[in-house]
Amino acid sequence: MSTHNDHAAHGGHGHDHHDHEDDGAAHSTVKGYMTGFILSVILTAIPFWLVMGNVFDKSSTTAFVVLAFAAVQIVVHMIYFLHMNARSENGWTMLALIFTVVIVVITLSGSLWVMYHLNHNMMPGLMHETHKTP
Amino acid sequence: MSDTTVLSPAGAMTGHPDPRFHVQGEHHPENGTLLGFWLYLMSDCLVFACLFAIYAVVGRNFAAGPSGADLFDLKLVAINTAFLLLSSITYGFAMIEMQRKRMRATLTWLAITGLFGACFIAVELYEFAHLIHEGAVPQRSAFLSSFFALVGTHGLHVTFGLVWLVVLMVQLAQRGFIAENRRRLMCLSMFWHFLDVVWIGVFTFVYLMGVLP
Repeated sequence: MSTHNDHAAHGGHGHDHHDHEDDGAAHSTVKGYMTGFILSVILTAIPFWLVMGNVFDKSSTTAFVVLAFAAVQIVVHMIYFLHMNARSENGWTMLALIFTVVIVVITLSGSLWVMYHLNHNMMPGLMHETHKTP
Repeated sequence: MSDTTVLSPAGAMTGHPDPRFHVQGEHHPENGTLLGFWLYLMSDCLVFACLFAIYAVVGRNFAAGPSGADLFDLKLVAINTAFLLLSSITYGFAMIEMQRKRMRATLTWLAITGLFGACFIAVELYEFAHLIHEGAVPQRSAFLSSFFALVGTHGLHVTFGLVWLVVLMVQLAQRGFIAENRRRLMCLSMFWHFLDVVWIGVFTFVYLMGVLP
């Protein structure tokens, strides 16, 4: 029984000590930062090249590809620079992030959707058309 | 067996080496500052989301004024992006030197970070001054109002980040790597990298997509 107590006490103490040392944050490494930086440079350079070099004929294609690169780069920054993972702060940071992403998606897509239809229906030439629709 | 004695007062348990009063399985952070700061960043994220939404809705309402293709100089934006990205990595190096407890190296990397941030602000102010000189003022069109609101808010965040950086460098030089300063450095780290994430959205959505025909 005494060995069990000693072991438990030692474990608890070590745990607290560990908390104090790194303040619950992930340890950053040179390798992690450099990986993130090189990925970011590549993911930034390609969209600029696509737009400045007029690589695609259609604007919509360029816009779609550039947005995709931005989304990937945001994830890269989240992982390598902001050290996001499911374990930090018992997962509360991840939960807050997911909640925010949901709200942001609703805000952006909702605004665009509503305002696009508002503009569309307010066009003078289309007034008779909107009256016909049920 | 020892778990049943945990709730009794410490005085009654003479000889017990280290009584525990919390559940062992639960990880309990010593203070919630980092989580609280993360929540602030997430609410800041919502502020920027609203500004992005405004730009998305009225960003093409030029009111017969200049459009993004007329105004934006992508070379300048590329330089600005490089400044902010470089300041992100140098802040990362400062954090690594903080872990190694090397004061001079930490302060040097923080100073380089501040220099890149100041360059970013300088280029952005030059761009704004150029736009205003050309008559592309915020009052000109809905596009320009939303542009100045979005990019200006980001620039204001970077400016306050610079003020914070300078204050933190003074505190580090005076007090050293005490727990409070380490915590503050981590908070500013999150803030700085977060601003870089927002800038990804700005240069993609405002500048790159703004000059597309």
